[in-house]
Amino acid sequence: MLNATPKEYVKRSGLVINPAKTCQPVGAMYAALGIHRCMPHSHGSQGCCSYHRTFLTRNFRDPVMASTSSFTEGTAVFGGGANLKTSIKNIFSIYDPDIIAIHTTCLSETIGDDIPTYIAQTQIPEGKTIIHVNTPSYVGSHVTGFSNMVKGMVKYLCTNSKNPNGKLNIIPGFVNPGDMREIKRIMKLLDMEIIMFPDTSGVLDAPMTGRFEMYPAGGAKVEDIRDAGNSISTLALGYFASADGANELEKKCKVPCKILKTPIGIKATDDMIMAVSRAAGKAVPYELEEERGQLLDIILDSQHQYQGKTVALTGDPDFLIGLTEFILSMGMIPQYVLTGTPGEYFEKEINMMFKEAGVEGKVKAAGDLFTLHQWMKENPVDLLIGGTHSKFIAKAEDVPFVRLGFPILDRSVHSYMPITGYRGGMRIVELISGALLDRRDRDAADEDLEMLL
Amino acid sequence: MKVTQMEILEERKKSIRCGKGDCVQTLKCDNDSIAGSVSQRACVYCGARVVLNPITDAFHIVHGPIGCASYTWDIRGSLSSGPEIYRNSFSTDLEEKDVIFGGEKKLTGAIDEIVRKYSAKVIFVYATCIAGVIGDDIGAVCRNAEKKYGIRVIPVQSSGFAGNKSTGYKAACDVLMKLMESSGQLPKPDREKSPGSVNYLGDFNLAGEAWIVSRYLKSIGVEIVSKITGDSRCEEIMKAPDARLNIVQCAGSMSYLAKMMEEKYGIPYIKVSFFGLEDTKLSLIRIAQAVGGHDAAEKLLKLFEKEEKYISGKLAYHRSRLKGKKAAIYVGGGFKAISLVKQFADLGIKTVMVGTQTGKAEDYETLRNMVEEDTVILDDANPSELEKFMKERGADILVGGVKERPLAYKLGVAFCDHNHERKHPLCGFEGAVNFAQEIDMSINSPVWAWLSKNSKGATT
Repeated sequence: MLNATPKEYVKRSGLVINPAKTCQPVGAMYAALGIHRCMPHSHGSQGCCSYHRTFLTRNFRDPVMASTSSFTEGTAVFGGGANLKTSIKNIFSIYDPDIIAIHTTCLSETIGDDIPTYIAQTQIPEGKTIIHVNTPSYVGSHVTGFSNMVKGMVKYLCTNSKNPNGKLNIIPGFVNPGDMREIKRIMKLLDMEIIMFPDTSGVLDAPMTGRFEMYPAGGAKVEDIRDAGNSISTLALGYFASADGANELEKKCKVPCKILKTPIGIKATDDMIMAVSRAAGKAVPYELEEERGQLLDIILDSQHQYQGKTVALTGDPDFLIGLTEFILSMGMIPQYVLTGTPGEYFEKEINMMFKEAGVEGKVKAAGDLFTLHQWMKENPVDLLIGGTHSKFIAKAEDVPFVRLGFPILDRSVHSYMPITGYRGGMRIVELISGALLDRRDRDAADEDLEMLL
Repeated sequence: MKVTQMEILEERKKSIRCGKGDCVQTLKCDNDSIAGSVSQRACVYCGARVVLNPITDAFHIVHGPIGCASYTWDIRGSLSSGPEIYRNSFSTDLEEKDVIFGGEKKLTGAIDEIVRKYSAKVIFVYATCIAGVIGDDIGAVCRNAEKKYGIRVIPVQSSGFAGNKSTGYKAACDVLMKLMESSGQLPKPDREKSPGSVNYLGDFNLAGEAWIVSRYLKSIGVEIVSKITGDSRCEEIMKAPDARLNIVQCAGSMSYLAKMMEEKYGIPYIKVSFFGLEDTKLSLIRIAQAVGGHDAAEKLLKLFEKEEKYISGKLAYHRSRLKGKKAAIYVGGGFKAISLVKQFADLGIKTVMVGTQTGKAEDYETLRNMVEEDTVILDDANPSELEKFMKERGADILVGGVKERPLAYKLGVAFCDHNHERKHPLCGFEGAVNFAQEIDMSINSPVWAWLSKNSKGATT
């Protein structure tokens, strides 16, 4: 499919080929699904909502509920106020959520819809809540949209009622429900009471029960998000998806925050655990020491299988920052690191890691997969890591491929299996060494096919 | 449980016929979704994109913010026998500064870069919501590029808000007409047209379905001039006016084009469906009658005999495992729904609910006459309605698209994807077997046994 990709690098200004990102609203929708009994609402054409639901359904293989303002030609001329007000009325009366989380689209942003005014002009039933965020699709990426929705939750909900709750807030970032579960498990081991928001576990990895629940059991409860204004501090995991929300919470409710990397690999997980241990004033329990030791043991046992191999990585910025650090500590060389999301911070972070490790790598924010492919044609690598869209490059270049990140549309189970924490690290090692060794076995001549690797 | 017991929203009542004694006689359809609903529908852009995207050697540039390009990148499962350029995603990725200062310059740059990098002959430029609202003159940019490079650069009027998915189908059909006019030559007069020449409209070659139909037609001496648009190339579409007859599979998207071609080129059309044995045979007979040679009937019989010999045993096996089950259908267009009702009947399965996203009044009329009195018929359903009626009528399987799949599974209802994510061809004789096999596998999956055990455990 990608045989047409030329090797010669041509500078482009107007054209994006094979994007490594998508637009803000889908990230906002994903974050909103991490609130218990929440109806995400897309204020725009019905196509947007339909695409986002499809996209998320394909990634998580679970029902994704969200409503739309169903813009028409008239709406584009006269504004979306009437549509939004009708929507709110209909959503509460038909679908009965506790909260509606409205996000905008490029269309409603461009025609200048004033959402707060529309909300103020609406009768909100007692006990119900509406929040909104601006998510113009022409700014940032889906990660920006996620971050904006988190910030919106803080702005509308978090309140410092001068009743300290002794809890720790955790903003997990744009990760899978499986990762959110894993982070909660680690916090439990650390004996730390937390408020995690958003939390899509139990929503987008809901069990099969024979019943369809419009609002599955999971998600951060509205009252808990409100109470986050009374917590001791906030841990924001992942700069791009979580920092804005955490900073807003510090500003609004005086809850101090610490911004850490997404806990992928040894160092980032250490950092998270140490931060919590310090905040709680408690020692790290043996169970976590044990898991850490197991991960180190596994890397020692298997390092010869991947050490010195070169890797191309693509995906979302927070995920890549964590993963690149881990790849380096496994002794591999992250030769190319590319995200579609814009942001200088990303290039700075990765370049710092390159420098520290003495790696001559290439990094790019706001890039596309066509660029990555051209890099790989110029100078091939041993392994490619990314979401499903990069599989075409893997095939065209005949490179072993590990699916990690978002979105993964052609495999299942990934959203249940964490890649964060020490146990998530084990899984990454297993996937990487498995992909490399499968390739080795496939290509081995009969006499070279070894039993022990 | 609140949602199951919910009342149908007042405004929706006219779009649902609940069965016997229901006063709704003519279904309200072909409207915009209600604001605030969890609609399963898409937009104008989506309609245009799904129709044009399968043209394999065209360059499809999406002029808008990145989302519209991302969500439609290689989504259809349309197969190609040659060029693969259509499987790449080209877009202008409009950013804030473009929204403020206009995106025309960026679009011009994008077209220049494509022409520089590849030897493009035809470029489609899709307008999205934002392109329409910021007032980019896409038409002018395209005209200038055509002049500059001497190739076809055709704008697609597909701003998302300017109607619904059906409007998008029309926008795509307008583009196809423009492409046909590209040759600048008059179509051949009837007497010079090859006697058994047809265009095949409205098959997007999902899982290679257009190839199966082509094979059937070839075996009865009918040649396809132009496939529109599955596995088609631009040059082939330009030749479409030289065919004698248009056969239309996906009527929802292609009736408009067929009507235009009839008016402009005098090419008559017939609606066909290759889903299910009955409709496959009926369609082939009608095509043979219209354009087949003197020996077409004989060839048809041979084809039917050969194909049915191959499948009859397999179908009988699945029928024996499926008899008495109940089906729910929720698909895009009316014509497919009609075929599916027949196909289920052939498997001994009763359709208890049938709905579409874009069905027309006449489709619903046909459905009403086909199904039993107590079958629910509905237009533009939302998940709660689908849930309500599937549970109420005891559906064993749902046929639908990606958004309906997990809904069905959560309800403990089997599922078959009859949309972009179909895993194998579902048309023609072999497709009828694939369909029956998939339904069988899903309904009779061993995993259901564990579920009932678990849920019993959960309720006690």
